[in-house]
Amino acid sequence: MSTVTPVRAPHTSGARATPGTSRRRAARREAAFGYAMASLSLIAVFVFTAGPIVASFVLALFKWDVISSPEFVGLRNFRTLAHDQTVTKSLAVTLGLAVAIVALQVGLGLGLALLVAQRRSKIARTIFRTAFFLPLLASAASISIVMSYLFDQHFGVINYYLTMLHLPAVPWLSSTGGATATIVLVAVWQQLGFTFILFVAALGAVPPDILEAARVDGATPTRLFWRIKLPLISPTVLFASVVGLINAMQLFDQPYVMTKGGPGDATYTTVLVVYQTAFQNLQFGYASAISVLLFLILLLITAVQFTVSRKWVFYS
Amino acid sequence: MSRIRAALSVLVLTVAALLVVAPIAWAVSTSLRTPASSFDLPPHWIPTHPVWSNYRDAFEKVPLATFIGNSVVVTGLIVAGQLITSTMSGYAFAMVRFRGQKALFAIILATMMVPLQTTIIPVFLLIRYFGLTDSRLSLVLPAVAGAFGTFLMRQYFLQMPRELGEAARVDGASHWQVFSRIYARMAFAPMATLAVLTYAAYWNEFFRPLIFLQTSSKFTLPLGLVSLRGYFGTGSVSIVLAGVVIALIPSVLIFAAAQRYFVEGIVAGSFR
Repeated sequence: MSTVTPVRAPHTSGARATPGTSRRRAARREAAFGYAMASLSLIAVFVFTAGPIVASFVLALFKWDVISSPEFVGLRNFRTLAHDQTVTKSLAVTLGLAVAIVALQVGLGLGLALLVAQRRSKIARTIFRTAFFLPLLASAASISIVMSYLFDQHFGVINYYLTMLHLPAVPWLSSTGGATATIVLVAVWQQLGFTFILFVAALGAVPPDILEAARVDGATPTRLFWRIKLPLISPTVLFASVVGLINAMQLFDQPYVMTKGGPGDATYTTVLVVYQTAFQNLQFGYASAISVLLFLILLLITAVQFTVSRKWVFYS
Repeated sequence: MSRIRAALSVLVLTVAALLVVAPIAWAVSTSLRTPASSFDLPPHWIPTHPVWSNYRDAFEKVPLATFIGNSVVVTGLIVAGQLITSTMSGYAFAMVRFRGQKALFAIILATMMVPLQTTIIPVFLLIRYFGLTDSRLSLVLPAVAGAFGTFLMRQYFLQMPRELGEAARVDGASHWQVFSRIYARMAFAPMATLAVLTYAAYWNEFFRPLIFLQTSSKFTLPLGLVSLRGYFGTGSVSIVLAGVVIALIPSVLIFAAAQRYFVEGIVAGSFR
């Protein structure tokens, strides 16, 4: 029984239905419509994302090569990977690459956004914006093909210009430091447009009257940046670094194409390890354990970033 | 003083822009040279005597047309699927009342941040279970609906006036009619945003094709290009580069036509 009785029954309701039941029937019909409309996306989310997360945790407890039947091994996979040099080294390599990539991406993206915002002419702003955005349109895999030619030690354009400037030619793809730097540079080059666009939008949303007031009070451009602009765009800085770090921790296309993880294991990222363990060595259980570990690390990093950010992110 | 600053800032921006564009410019100019002069140093940045044979060879000697066809079909189906499913579910979560709505949307938000790479093994096993390995459908099926599209469309529907739909309901329109005749037609901008973002993500995708596909006649462009490089070695750099440039052309055209939607989509994603 409904406790709320409408003052006036809707004129469309049937003669025998009381106002309460007809309203309930309408609500039920609306709900059915809602479920139907949301169903396809919900099925996809459950089958292809939520389900697989749970399945990863379960698979991680098995030893399975997909051909013979899976064997339950409990937490053995996790004990093994704690002592697996390949995995621990790859996590360190990936974290190092990711931190370098994100720091450069956020720093350069913000710097360029600040400079572009100063340009008065709309044409200049459009030209620079398009230029910085261009790499985002290319596929990381095919751009990595181009880059492996440019970074070639003997025939590459980059070393040609370095020698022209009387600098030593760098063994970009064949030394540990060189390969690391190459991966970082290529990833930053490609993703710069993303942080740049975010910061352009965030700076554009800073209320001009606040800046004007500060200027009238005699604030220098440097103070204006540190005291007003940066605090106001700090949520965007947080977002760009969280998303950037999550993406960079999954680096795959660039090392797969340019270095295959080498030289040695210098650029052997964790997703490369997962790929090789699962799809080449057919150790699906063990590979799941590695990807579960990566998933938990990403969760932890995100949680830490949000916790630490309470101290410096300003939400108006 | 301020004039020096301004000149300096233009200089920094110009150098940065040139550095960013240079790799793509090199790919374009090298794809327009004969294979023999691919590695000429100093590099010729401006192709004064463009040679189009690499583009012809990319179609005649190398199955580039097949890769393009596969990419067009796969990306096209995913974009179409995303537009239909996300518009419907985004509308449901913004405008329709049903039980469990909040909980279900919370699950969608939570999965939005889950990286594809950490779920790839179970997804691969599912694809294998469905008997879809080495098929183009294996790329399409898991991608035609999802969390991000739902989230994006919901954001836009939330901003639309509810009164329109309520008035239409009083006049006897069904729930479906309110959606299809009123709100869906007001959603052109968010649908364009979703379309360009989905296009960019799947046109350039490498990871899933690498894992799901085995036969080169099913390869999409990025996977096909990478496989060509391995197959031909360095001998046909210029043909591979022609392929890279061709792959980039539709993206540049779409960006030129719909720049606003690209930017809007990226920024909309950051206000979550």
